[in-house]
Amino acid sequence: MNVNRVAESLLALSQQEELVDLPKNCPLSENEDEGDSDGERKHQKLLEAISSLDGKNRWKLAERSEASLKVSEFNVSSEGSGEKLVLADLLEPVKTSSSLATVKRQLNRVKSKKVVELPLNKEKIEQIHREVAFGKTSRVLSKWDPIVLKNQQAEQLAFPLGKEQPAIAPIEHALSGWKARTPLEQEIFNLLHKNKRPVTDPLLTPMEKASLRAMSLEEAKMHRAELQRARALQSYYEAKARREKKIKSKKYHKVVKKGKARKASKELEQLQKVNPTVALEELEKFENARMMERMSLKHQNSGKWAKSKAIMAKYDLEARQAMQEQLAKNKELTQKLQVASEIEEEKGCTEEVEELLVPHVVNEVQMNVDGPNPWMLRNCTSDIREAATQEDPEQLPEPATHEVSESEGEERPVAEEEILLRDFEERRSLRKRSELNQDAEPAGIQERKDSSSQEVLSELRALSQKLKENHQSRKQKASSEGTVPQVQREEPAPEEEAPLLLQRPERVQTLEELEELGKEDCFQNKELPRPVLEGQQSERTPNNRPDAPKEKKEKEQLIDLQNLLTTQSPSVRSLAVPTTIEELEEDEERDQRQMIKEAFAGDDVIRNFLKEKREAVEASKPKDVDLTLPGWGEWGGVGLKPSTKKRRQFLKAPEGPPRKDKNLPNVIISEKRNIHAAAHQVQVLPYPFTHHRQFERTIQTPVGSTWNTQRAFQKLTTPKVVTKPGHIIKPIKAEDVGHQSSSRSDLSVIQWNPKRITTRHNKELKKNSVG
Amino acid sequence: VGEMETAPKSGRDVPPKKDKLQTKRRKPRRYWEEETVPTRDGASAGPPCNKKNRELRPQRRKNAHILKKSRISKKPQVPKKPREWKNPESQRSLSGVNPGPGSSPLPRSKAKTRSRLEVAEAEEEETSIKAARSELLLAEEPGFLEGEDGEDTAKICQADIVEAVDIASGAKHFDLNLRQFGPYRLNYSRTGRHLAFGGRRGHVAALDWVTKKLMCEINVMEAVRDIRFLHSEALLAVAQNRWLHIYDNQGIELHCIRRCDRVTRLEFLPFHFLLATASETGFLTYLDVSVGKIVAALNARAGRLDVMSQNPYNAVIHLGHSNGTVSLWSPAMKEPLAKILCHRGGVRAVAVDSTGTYMATSGLDHQLKIFDLRGTYQPLSTRTLPHGAGHLAFSQRGLLVAGMGDVVNIWAGQGKASPPSLEQPYLTHRLSGPVHGLQFCPFEDVLGVGHSGGITSMLVPGAGEPNFDGLESNPYRSRKQRQEWEVKALLEKVPAELICLDPRALAKVDVISLEQGKKERIERLGYDPEAKAPFQPKPKQKGRSSTASLVKRKRKVMDEEHRDKVRQSLQQQQQRHKEVKAKSTGAWPSALDRFVR
Repeated sequence: MNVNRVAESLLALSQQEELVDLPKNCPLSENEDEGDSDGERKHQKLLEAISSLDGKNRWKLAERSEASLKVSEFNVSSEGSGEKLVLADLLEPVKTSSSLATVKRQLNRVKSKKVVELPLNKEKIEQIHREVAFGKTSRVLSKWDPIVLKNQQAEQLAFPLGKEQPAIAPIEHALSGWKARTPLEQEIFNLLHKNKRPVTDPLLTPMEKASLRAMSLEEAKMHRAELQRARALQSYYEAKARREKKIKSKKYHKVVKKGKARKASKELEQLQKVNPTVALEELEKFENARMMERMSLKHQNSGKWAKSKAIMAKYDLEARQAMQEQLAKNKELTQKLQVASEIEEEKGCTEEVEELLVPHVVNEVQMNVDGPNPWMLRNCTSDIREAATQEDPEQLPEPATHEVSESEGEERPVAEEEILLRDFEERRSLRKRSELNQDAEPAGIQERKDSSSQEVLSELRALSQKLKENHQSRKQKASSEGTVPQVQREEPAPEEEAPLLLQRPERVQTLEELEELGKEDCFQNKELPRPVLEGQQSERTPNNRPDAPKEKKEKEQLIDLQNLLTTQSPSVRSLAVPTTIEELEEDEERDQRQMIKEAFAGDDVIRNFLKEKREAVEASKPKDVDLTLPGWGEWGGVGLKPSTKKRRQFLKAPEGPPRKDKNLPNVIISEKRNIHAAAHQVQVLPYPFTHHRQFERTIQTPVGSTWNTQRAFQKLTTPKVVTKPGHIIKPIKAEDVGHQSSSRSDLSVIQWNPKRITTRHNKELKKNSVG
Repeated sequence: VGEMETAPKSGRDVPPKKDKLQTKRRKPRRYWEEETVPTRDGASAGPPCNKKNRELRPQRRKNAHILKKSRISKKPQVPKKPREWKNPESQRSLSGVNPGPGSSPLPRSKAKTRSRLEVAEAEEEETSIKAARSELLLAEEPGFLEGEDGEDTAKICQADIVEAVDIASGAKHFDLNLRQFGPYRLNYSRTGRHLAFGGRRGHVAALDWVTKKLMCEINVMEAVRDIRFLHSEALLAVAQNRWLHIYDNQGIELHCIRRCDRVTRLEFLPFHFLLATASETGFLTYLDVSVGKIVAALNARAGRLDVMSQNPYNAVIHLGHSNGTVSLWSPAMKEPLAKILCHRGGVRAVAVDSTGTYMATSGLDHQLKIFDLRGTYQPLSTRTLPHGAGHLAFSQRGLLVAGMGDVVNIWAGQGKASPPSLEQPYLTHRLSGPVHGLQFCPFEDVLGVGHSGGITSMLVPGAGEPNFDGLESNPYRSRKQRQEWEVKALLEKVPAELICLDPRALAKVDVISLEQGKKERIERLGYDPEAKAPFQPKPKQKGRSSTASLVKRKRKVMDEEHRDKVRQSLQQQQQRHKEVKAKSTGAWPSALDRFVR
């Protein structure tokens, strides 16, 4: 067989060679390179075949690494398709046979496991850890940033941090020793006494006390159950409303609407009997709606739809019917109403609404810890009693039921669904009327208010709405706002009051505020004359500012000085001329001397002064520094002096600041520095300041009590940190500043560098043990 | 009486706008540069205007006079340093930060600085508001004298005044006829309660002049040149012919200070506890009475010194010399702080008002001049008196009295802080002898005149500060209170070397030593740690790092910085301009402005 195969392969080879030869001989289309490679391969194969011919006919396995189209049963090759071999391919045959389930599972497990990556080197790991730790720690610590900033900027910090609750004495204690003294107080107290308001114990009025005493355990339980039921009802109601809102069936809505309308008209009638004035008002509303309808073009068959229908009406019966319906509706709406009453109708509506909304679940017995909630029971006698006691005299449940039955009787020819709906409502209403009454009452009142107010607002908007639609909308409003917002609406009211109540005691209690009150008057007094004073000041300034025309003065400095002392000043007109006769001889003598001096005084005084000044100026001038280098650039040696030109060039005197008395001819101001005072001056700029003027501005306000009021002085000298002697100052905690979660984050900080902390801790422990 | 919140009042005087004055600029100012303002400007501005409106009182009957006496506490104007609430510089820069020309603050510290400045500003405002508020507590109003229309108040004589005022005030006018012991010098204690006087012929007495209770009366058997209370009424310094002696209120001689010999004039600086003595020998000696040490003995080099007064604002001693100059002295300096040529003849008397703003001098040339002491030292008004004034004194509220022979003339200003106008005398009074000593009594509308015929206490309405500070100088204090005050005052004693012309300079940084310290530091370190590192362009590849391009890059950065600076200053200027405009438009405050905070 082997021989056979070899022979075959040889044959094939020879054939291939022929094929190869063929193109060689006739160079038609074959490519040169291809031919070459082909030739090589064939040559290889030929060699193999030949080598296999001799004796040992070993079939050489194809190498795995080589790409080959061959599919061998001995090895796996993924050649040809260019795709990688996927494990799923291998599993395919396995799927079919159920016996290989274990293998499959194993393989699956292998598949699910991912290749474990090579562990990073230690440095890298540590670096990553550090980075992560840094990130986390900084995130944790950044929570403290605002607090740190606040503390840095705070004028005063008080430690220990925990705010001590000021011991507030109960108000009874405070009031016990207090008596009304002023007539106003007495009057107020009289009033309070008259109304049996609490005077000494302001917590409870007598009524409240009585009620407290009156309520027994059962009553409390009852009350609780009641509340429970109300809550349940509310939730059901909400659920119902939500569900109903979702219903998209037009028919259903139509049915409901019609039912409403009918009921409304019924109730109006009822109301007319009971309360004709209110009914009249309601009627007026209807009338208004009717007028609006008449004014509008709705239902007049003038719209787009109507026109299209008019075209179709010739051929289509339905279209004709629709048009007629529309007209009928218009007629109905514009028809004058004979009898209608709203309130009754509204009540009916609300009842109905709630009846509709309450599902069966409510009526089923709810198991409580103490047994069934009596309020959840269907027909409880106490329930009814309660309802009866709490019922409003205006609200009459009996007529409502009657109405319903009447309406039922009348509405025979209405569609079946409607009847069904009605039935359903009926049943439920009968079942729970008594239960509901109590709940519906407040809701109803609220609702009425709402709807009436809303109606006034929405009247314009809902001008041409149908009567029934009107009812419908009212119902919806009631359902959406009636009960739920009722609870919500009452909440904000006390909140609004609260700030007012809180504000009141702050009025004018502190002294400062009293001062402020006084100050306002002060300001009034002070600020008004300001412009006048300013005017005066500006008038006066030219006289009082002799340095204003300084430039001029500088020119005529000397002349000015002469003028200064020699100007003839007006002599005083004195009433009392001193009598010189009585003067003593001594004075006389002195006067004589003065006279002599006076005679010789004058110019030399001025001259002396000017001389003195010149000397002072000279003395204060900075001395010249000789910087000439003899022999540099010219000949030097004994007897040779540097040239004048050079000396002029290198004689340098740093120019000092201008003298203070430069423009004041009659003054010598010493330029010498007071070094004793300078020792008390600040010589180093404190940290954040970069220029001395900035710092000077911060210290220019005097701090001492000599210059400030007591209060300002205290404020200016408050210590930056205040501590209580004898109290342990604990480190700041997250709870102190209102962080809830940061206590955990603090922990995380500790966890992240446990080593350091533990070492420190150990050190501290050691210290403690030593100490 | 006493423990009440005190109100510094002087600080309310708002300095007038200084920016209007501009000295000649030395070099043309670039449009981006800050305006340079001479430092003197701030001081040389016009006098602060009085805030209080001058009320027009209804006219009373003929020769109606009101004399009011204070009861409620108020700090005396005298010793307090008037505060300037706003630094002229602070109003200058809008950003609040006024960086120096060379400073380049780091951004971080910049914010901190700004916050500090803001805090300081807020504090300042708050304290000023509080001070203004506490003025409410100054209940007493100063007295005044008003003639019927056209009537000259100078014609009103003491008898009329005494007749018009209440009995208690009337009792404050009295004469002590002490013809025997020659012309008297006198001195009131700081509280204004006690009076000490010494006659040339050795008569020394101290009394509680309100109750006329004599404390002591002795004859020192030596010529008495001057007499002065020390910090309290318990101690009395008497300049006798030879030496300076100190007595207690019983008349017991406590000390004889021989280092102060031939003393002619005495001055006591209450906050420094310094007794300044001017001697015939030409020495000005400062004696610290709290420790009994002579702080400084300065040779004035101007011959005999017999004209001396103190500036209550800055505790500088003014000496008048025979060559017509007045020299200003501080114990810390060997030479005068300033010398002012006031008169052509010798100076006969010098007085400085309580705010330290005005100085009145009279000389042998018969002239009376009032000088502005705030930097300019120029005469504000001049008058020639027929005989010249031998003695001058200012009252707490700025009234000026001059003693000319046996006549005293009193001039009043137009308001609290204005100089007395020498046009019309406010009051005149003739005494029984030539005047030898003058002093207004603190916190009282009383002028004490020592003359050859004794002592005269005359009423001068509107002379004294109506509200005294109960903690500082309480006329009604008990012995215990006095002792307590003494301790406190000693604790608050101001060192003598702090006396200088401008006390506010102490609140400034010593720039010279600051610069010096900086220089030394730079030397020590070898580099300037605060200097901004100059821009160093990074070396670049491919021949782009040529010298020319490096220079170009450097130049670019420099230009950018310069442009930034210019932009900033321009912005500031514009803003300032805007503000000025806004101010000018809203000149008249609306009635609702009072609610604006």
